[in-house]
Amino acid sequence: MEKKEYTLALLVSNKPDVLARVSGVLGGRGYNIETLCVDATLDPAYSKIILTTIQDKATIGKIEKQLIRLIDVHKVTDLTKVESVSREMMLVRMKLSDTNKGHLALIIDTFNGRVITMNGDHCVMEITGDRAIIEKAVASLKPLGIDDMARTGIVSLERQIN
Amino acid sequence: MQLRGAEILIKVLKQEGIHTIFGYPGGVLLDIYDELFKGEIRHILVRHEQGAVHAADGFARASGKVGVALVTSGPGASNTVTGIANAYLDSIPIVVLTGQVPTHLIGTDAFQEVDIVGITRPCTKHNFLIKRVEEVAKTIHEAFHIARSGRPGPVLIDLPKDVMAAVTEYEPQPPKKIEAESPRPASKKAFYVMDLIAESKKPLILSGGGVILGGASEELRQLARRTRMPVTSTLMGLGAFPASDPLWLGMPGMHGTYYANMAISTCDLLIAIGMRFDDRVTGKIDHFAPNAKIVHVDIDASSINKNVMVDVPIVSDCKSALQSFNALLEQKNFSVTDDQRKEWLDQIDAWKKENPLSYCQSDTEIKPQFVIETLYKLTKGKAIIATEVGQNQMWAAQFYGYDEPNTFLSSGGLGTMGYGFPAALGAKIAFPDKLVVDIAGDGSIQMNIQEMATAIQDNIPVKIVLLNNGYLGMVRQWQQLFYGKRYSSTDMTYQPDFIKLAEAYGWMGLRATKPDEVEAVLQKGLDAPGPVLMDFRVSREECVYPMVRPGGPIHEMALGREMAN
Repeated sequence: MEKKEYTLALLVSNKPDVLARVSGVLGGRGYNIETLCVDATLDPAYSKIILTTIQDKATIGKIEKQLIRLIDVHKVTDLTKVESVSREMMLVRMKLSDTNKGHLALIIDTFNGRVITMNGDHCVMEITGDRAIIEKAVASLKPLGIDDMARTGIVSLERQIN
Repeated sequence: MQLRGAEILIKVLKQEGIHTIFGYPGGVLLDIYDELFKGEIRHILVRHEQGAVHAADGFARASGKVGVALVTSGPGASNTVTGIANAYLDSIPIVVLTGQVPTHLIGTDAFQEVDIVGITRPCTKHNFLIKRVEEVAKTIHEAFHIARSGRPGPVLIDLPKDVMAAVTEYEPQPPKKIEAESPRPASKKAFYVMDLIAESKKPLILSGGGVILGGASEELRQLARRTRMPVTSTLMGLGAFPASDPLWLGMPGMHGTYYANMAISTCDLLIAIGMRFDDRVTGKIDHFAPNAKIVHVDIDASSINKNVMVDVPIVSDCKSALQSFNALLEQKNFSVTDDQRKEWLDQIDAWKKENPLSYCQSDTEIKPQFVIETLYKLTKGKAIIATEVGQNQMWAAQFYGYDEPNTFLSSGGLGTMGYGFPAALGAKIAFPDKLVVDIAGDGSIQMNIQEMATAIQDNIPVKIVLLNNGYLGMVRQWQQLFYGKRYSSTDMTYQPDFIKLAEAYGWMGLRATKPDEVEAVLQKGLDAPGPVLMDFRVSREECVYPMVRPGGPIHEMALGREMAN
């Protein structure tokens, strides 16, 4: 069966060990989590976990059923199935030189990025976008000398109130 | 009322209806054991923590109530893991209380510290680490609720020593009732199932452990009898439908009966209830019930369409589903007579005659099947039978007839050698007036044999029927059939003298070496008031038949005739 990236949103109790239980359901069956994003919801007793994983259709169905069995998981939504928007943010630290500054400014402009801090020979910038945009930005920045980077992983939200 | 954590623990256990727990003390449990000293709850002192968990599990399987084990931190806790995994795979409601080092030492590699919550995360239904004494009562109540609600399972609670010693205000809370939250079948689906039953010429019920766990045996019997549908049950489901009923087909699968496997392979409607299509039941999936529409009732949505794709998935507890089926039958005034089912029932009868469960009786050697048949005869099928794992387990499933639920206790999912004996102790605690027998092999019995001391100290008179062939028989059987009789490390000829061993523990030990001694030894052992180990020196290379080769389709069975002398 054809595999693709699925995005799951999990409403979970905001308690120690919950993330381990969730990741254990996937890890214990040999499935990789590609991206992961967690924070408390409006009600601090709960957290929302957004994770992505590359699976075929049958397997993602089984994973959803296994996840909802966990006592601390209250709701599982496959955001790939519903209309949703998703974003990822990355922070990139670039080495600056006379030769790359101009090119860098152009890239920041193209990807609607922002320089957060600049200090002599390096800068840290942020770029936000969907996964494809972030991948393109990384590809463009790489030849200019990425010192290090950090990515949030995907956050995603249904478009409609359901 | 100001109480210490340990006092609250005992109070909550009593509120949850717990009269007996199985345990083993240790440093971090001193506060709890000091509380137990008051004698409000009976404590059975096991000789190994694995035994405590299996005993709690056996108690739960026999009684349908939650079993409780109490063990210390570190090695005490890690020794419970096999028992917990065993209960997890068979969905048995138990609560395991583990001591833990004081909260300020957690994570420091303190003496006798392990992260038992981390270790048991994938083999518990849920687990807790209690970090504040204020959480003790609420968490323990919740643990019991989780263990017995929905698809049952083991719950572990880690209790740090300082939490048990700390004091807090305690107000008793009523235990959580199991709300009517369990899913029920949509009426549209129930109607559809009725139509399928009405249309079917060759229907079959395949029931599992869920029917027993859900207390739905009576409803199952009603459905089968009213519609004259034959019944086969997985290992976990034995007893839900009476083996003495003419509609009974025995167990299907790898060591299932010829007729159960043929019925599955031939039926046009398979109603699977409270079972999960384990590989030992299905054989090669592509050939499983190829002609049947499959209805699958299970309380756990994750069990449905996991191994076998079904036509009518119904997420429901077994009792509700069966009640709604029966109600519809009543409402429509629908029933089937044996005459109307004649063709199908005749076919099944022909299979039964063609290849009944059998073995080749001998005048000189004791056949293990004969021991179990004789046990069945002498006990009139009324004993609670626990089994170990391997050949002894399969013969116990084949040659003893179970007429009532909760009377066959066996490690189905995990296949834990050493399960049966401590489980038998647990069952005997639940039913002191019933005869409880562990059918064992000489390999398995040595895995938890230390509990013989427990049986004496706490006066738990169970019987052990030891089918002693000096081999790890099931593995040897595979070596015989698939590995050219190269018996690599399965010969256990060197073994203790089980009679002397029994006597050393204060048990009665009996032995039979010839077929004509079997009945007398069994009778004497069963009649004796105390615990008895009966050592039957059985035919060494007897195999379990029928046998479906691993990964093969279940209608292709080796019947063992080629092995007959």
